Amino acid sequence: MNALLKTLRTAPLSARIGMALIAAYAVVALLAPLLAPYPEAAIVGAKYLPWSAEHWLGTDMLGRDVLSRMIYGARNTVGIALLTTLLAFALGAGTGLLAATLGGWFETTSSRLVDVLMAVPSLIFALLILTIAGTSVVALVLVIAVLDSTRVFRLSRAVAQGILTMDYIEVARMRGEGLGWIIRREVLPNASAPLIAEFGLRFCFVFLFISALSFLGLGLQPPTADWGSMVRESAKLIAFANFSSWQAATFGLAPLLPAGAIALLTVAVNLVVDWVLHLSSGLKE
Amino acid sequence: MILKLVLRRFAIGALTLLVVSALIFWAVELLPGDIASEVLGQSATPETLAAFRERNGLTDPAMLRYLHWLGGALTGDFGLSLANQRPIAELIGQRVANTFFLAGYAAVIAVPLAIGLGLLAALYRGSALDRFISTSTLAVISFPEFFVAYILILLFSAWLGWFPSLATVSPGMGLGARLYATFLPALTMVLIVMAHMMRMTRAAIVNLLALPYIEMAQLKGLRRWRVIAVHALPNAVAPIFTVVALNLAYLIVGVVLVEVVFVYPGLGQLLVDSVAKRDMTVVQAACLIFAATYIVLNLLADVLGIVSNPRLLHPR
Repeated sequence: MNALLKTLRTAPLSARIGMALIAAYAVVALLAPLLAPYPEAAIVGAKYLPWSAEHWLGTDMLGRDVLSRMIYGARNTVGIALLTTLLAFALGAGTGLLAATLGGWFETTSSRLVDVLMAVPSLIFALLILTIAGTSVVALVLVIAVLDSTRVFRLSRAVAQGILTMDYIEVARMRGEGLGWIIRREVLPNASAPLIAEFGLRFCFVFLFISALSFLGLGLQPPTADWGSMVRESAKLIAFANFSSWQAATFGLAPLLPAGAIALLTVAVNLVVDWVLHLSSGLKE
Repeated sequence: MILKLVLRRFAIGALTLLVVSALIFWAVELLPGDIASEVLGQSATPETLAAFRERNGLTDPAMLRYLHWLGGALTGDFGLSLANQRPIAELIGQRVANTFFLAGYAAVIAVPLAIGLGLLAALYRGSALDRFISTSTLAVISFPEFFVAYILILLFSAWLGWFPSLATVSPGMGLGARLYATFLPALTMVLIVMAHMMRMTRAAIVNLLALPYIEMAQLKGLRRWRVIAVHALPNAVAPIFTVVALNLAYLIVGVVLVEVVFVYPGLGQLLVDSVAKRDMTVVQAACLIFAATYIVLNLLADVLGIVSNPRLLHPR
C-alpha cells in the first residue's frame, strides 16, 4: 500500500489530471441519487427549456431535467461499460493464459476462432448479433464482452508465452506444481503491468462502442438515461442553434454535452494508461 | 518466393471470407423458432407461414440455402428483403455506390495530407507541429465519431453557415454539388483516420533515421529533405502502405456512424435501420459487403507489405 502511494506521488501532471477526472466521474456515478436535483426519468417541466437557475442544463424533448439525466447517465453508461470490460477480461485473459500454458489443440482451436472473429470489424458483428438477439442490456453486454475478449486473448497469450520460457516456470513445473498454481502464482503477477494498461485501453474501447450503439438506437433503451442515447435524442436541436443570445446558443450544445462527457472520460483514462505503460516499460530496464 | 508468399496470403484471405460468410449466414439459424414466424408474428396462420417459407425459399435444407445465398451474393443477387419483399439488390445498389463515394472522398483528402504532415513531423522532430500531431492523436482516439461530427456541424453549419448539416444527395446531382453536400461527413472521417496515419508515417521514417546509411548520407552533407525523401522514404514505403490500407479498412466501418449523423443515404444507414427493424436478410447482405471490403483491404495491406519489401525481391 505504501509502495503504491509512493508510485502515485511520482505521477506526472497529465496522469494526475487523468486520475482526478476519473475520481470525479466515479463520485458522480456512485452518488447519483444524492447529486441529481430531479429523478432519472421524471417529467419535471415544459419541453425544451433553455438553461436556467431551475434547470441548469434545461430540459429535453419530454421535459426531463438534462442535468439529472447527465448525472444518472454517468452511472448507467460507465457502469455497464465497466461490467462489460470486466467480463471481456475474465474471458479473454482466462482463455489466453490457459491457451499459452496448455498449448496443443486448445491453443490451436481458440487462436483460429479469435482469428475469424477479428477478421471482421466488431461493429458489423455486433449489429448482426443484435438483429438476431434483439436489443437488450444482457445481449449488449455479452456480445461486446465476447467480441472484445479477442484482443485481450491475443495480448495475454503473447505475454504469457514470453513468461513461460523463463527458468522459474520450469522450476515450478519440475517441482510438480499444478496448472492453476502456475498460472495464478507465476504467470499472472508477471503479466499484471501490461494487462492493467490493456484494461484501461479496453475500457475506453468498450465505452465508446456502447455509446456508439446507444447513439444508433441499438444500445441501452429508454427511459434509461445514457449519454449515447442522449446525443441521439438531442441531435436535431443542433439545427436550431443560433448565436443571437447565449440561451439560444445552448441548443447547439445539447448533443455536445453528453458527447463531451464521453470524450473527456476516455481522454482521462488514456492519460493514466500512458503513464502506466511508461512505468511498466521503465521498470523492465 | 515473393509469388508464393502473395499466393499464400490470397488463399488465407479467400478462406477467411468463406468462413465469415458462413458465420453471417448461420448466425441467423441460431434464432429460436424460424424467420417466418419471427416476421409474421404470433397470429400468422399455418397457411400464411407455409406460403412465406415457399416464397423465400425457406423449405430447403440450410446447407443448400447457404450455397444458394453465397452463389447469389457473388453475382449481386441477395434475395428479398423480409420487411417489404423488395429485391435487396435494388435497395442497396445506389447506397453501396454512395458509401464508397464518401469513403473514397475522405481517403483522397486524408492519405496525401497525412503522409505529407507525417514527413514534415519527422523532418522537424520536437517542433510545435510534431507536438501538435502527437497530442491530436490522443484526442482523436479518445473522441467518439459523433462528437467530432457534431463539433463540425456546430462550427461550420450552425455558426458559420458554410456547409449543410444534412448530407442530402440525389442520383441526378452533379459532382461539384455532391462534393459540397458531403464535405462535412468527409471532413469528419478525414479527421478520424488522419491522426493514426500521420503518426505511423512519422514513426516509420524516424525508425530509419537511426540507421548507419542515413548517417552516412548526412555526413556527405546532403540537405535534410533530400535525406528523408530520397534515402529514407523508399525504405519506409512498406509500413506506410500497410497503415494506409488498414486505415481505409477502418474508414469503411467508421462510415456507419458518420452516415447516421449526417443522414446520408448510404449502406451504413440502411444497415442500422434494418437492425432496428430486424430485417434479417438485408442485415446479412450489408454485413457481408462491409466484412468483404474490410477483409479485402486488410489483404491488400499485407500484399503491399510483401511486394514493397525490397529484401524479398532478391532471395539469397
